[in-house]
Amino acid sequence: MSKRLIDLQHITKSFDKQTVLDDLNLYIRENEFLTLLGPSGCGKTTTLRIIGGFETPDSGNIIFDGKNITSLAPNERQLNTVFQKYALFPHMSIAENIAFGLKIKKKSKSYIDDKIKYALKLVNLDGFEKRSVDSLSGGQQQRIAIARAIVNEPKVLLLDEPLGALDLKLRQDMQYELIRLKNELGITFIYVTHDQEEALTMSDTIVVMNQGYIQQIGTPEDIYNEPTNAFVADFIGESNIIHGIMLQDRLVKVLDVTFPCVDEGFGNNVPVDVVIRPEDVELVEPGQGMLEGDVVSLIFKGVHWETEVLANGYEWLVQTTQMHPVGTHVGIRVDPFNIQIMNKPESSDEKAVESDV
Amino acid sequence: MFNLKRQLLSGPYLLWMVGFILMPVVMILYYAFTTTSGHFTLLNITSIFASIHMKSLFLSLKLALACTAICLALSYPLAMILNNMKQRSQGFIVFIFILPMWMNFMLRILAWKLLLSNNGVINMVLEAIGLPGLDVLNTPSAVVFCMVYDFLPFMILPIYNAMSRIQQDIIEAARDLGAGTATIFFKIIVPLTTPGVISGIIMVFVPALTSFAISDLLGGGKVLLIGNVIEQAFMQEYNWNLGSGLSLVLMVFVIASMALMSSKGEKGGASVW
Repeated sequence: MSKRLIDLQHITKSFDKQTVLDDLNLYIRENEFLTLLGPSGCGKTTTLRIIGGFETPDSGNIIFDGKNITSLAPNERQLNTVFQKYALFPHMSIAENIAFGLKIKKKSKSYIDDKIKYALKLVNLDGFEKRSVDSLSGGQQQRIAIARAIVNEPKVLLLDEPLGALDLKLRQDMQYELIRLKNELGITFIYVTHDQEEALTMSDTIVVMNQGYIQQIGTPEDIYNEPTNAFVADFIGESNIIHGIMLQDRLVKVLDVTFPCVDEGFGNNVPVDVVIRPEDVELVEPGQGMLEGDVVSLIFKGVHWETEVLANGYEWLVQTTQMHPVGTHVGIRVDPFNIQIMNKPESSDEKAVESDV
Repeated sequence: MFNLKRQLLSGPYLLWMVGFILMPVVMILYYAFTTTSGHFTLLNITSIFASIHMKSLFLSLKLALACTAICLALSYPLAMILNNMKQRSQGFIVFIFILPMWMNFMLRILAWKLLLSNNGVINMVLEAIGLPGLDVLNTPSAVVFCMVYDFLPFMILPIYNAMSRIQQDIIEAARDLGAGTATIFFKIIVPLTTPGVISGIIMVFVPALTSFAISDLLGGGKVLLIGNVIEQAFMQEYNWNLGSGLSLVLMVFVIASMALMSSKGEKGGASVW
């Protein structure tokens, strides 16, 4: 594994007595695409702004490449930010926007001209030098904002929901473009978003946050397949999260039905949260499943039917490729390895997982 | 049909324009180029070169420039301070600046006449704390002072408006790209507030150049601005032809200054008119 580039140690931050971050510890490796993911108000943007230098933490240290940069101003840090609303300078041409940082560093004119050309090519906007900011679409403005940041050759690029203002198709195109950019530049990206799909598509590492606490750190696969608590499970994709009792190893009782599962080590007769992804629920003929219920709602979503089945007092969310009209009596079956068992939150630290779900 | 109806809606406005703007201008043009007996002449215009008129015109330009410069020097930092305040206090301070404008213009000038007079409140206070008294009434300083007092809001508001429209993330982006405080001020804030500065300059310079009430009341007849000369031509000498001729000359100065400023403004991105 590559070395740690940024180390956030015991970061605490509050605004007007409201704690936004509480003892946050996080490290970011070199050349990593790390995404801070969470609902609004979870502290992800504050974390990014602390790394960028726009906010000073109340306590804690930021170590960048071995040096403590906690008290450095943003213009003294070796990183650049791409802002959510682009923040291009409206009184300057595209070329002047991109040249802004280089002129401050007193680079030669030929160096700057080369860099502008290179950066515009990189973001697929060759020949836009003379254009004004107003004449660009949102997607083009965001590319210019990225170009303006990367010409300074930062070690880290901070991106604060950069695709938030773009439409769906453009957002998807830009996701691939960002991955390509990151690979070509070979630098670290720290990306903030509330869009779980964006995070899953682009990241090497996802940090799921809620109410100022980190809920889980892991690869997209880990986060999706092995959520550590109900909040993560619910936030990343849709889930059936049901109260259950762990009877013994590999056996859990949910809605008065005993399911075989693959989890061990929770103890006997312990209350737990059971997570089952909607695509992992199979609808079968009545009698062939573990429990039975009636279809109460059916929505066509393109790739699948989103079906809701009321069984044993719980509305199961099921994604199937087969249509089961409302009112159909069906059986429900779940494979043991598709059942996720999670501990109920205990300490106040983990209380954050309960709310906002 | 619909278009015709819409055009009819502009009727009252057109009537107003013709009756109260176009007609007076045409009449001033007529008077300016004729003698009292109605013959064509350029004498009304060329009389601006008479030494007494030239003196007044230059004094007007000088005082108007001084007033504009002082207003700008006061307004720009003030707008910056205002812009950095909390949203709620901003509104209150702006309200305080606008408040005097609710009082009659003449009353405000008269108030200053009393305050600045030799036995006025200001001199009494100065005397009480042992400082030498001010003898400013009936001097150009008093006129400039009162002009600044009267026209300051017209400078503050457009600058403040331009400044409050600069988004915080633009400043942050500049800092992020390595800009220090000075660079941010000269490369970002100044260019982005230039349109506001230019409207402020026009809105202060033009009324200051043409004013006559302030110099009339606070100049004690010793400060003769071009506005006073024109006023006297109309009201005391009943020489409408001379008054119109001089007005026309002043109008040329006003239009020239506005054109000059707005040509500067276009570079900053937004034109004033």
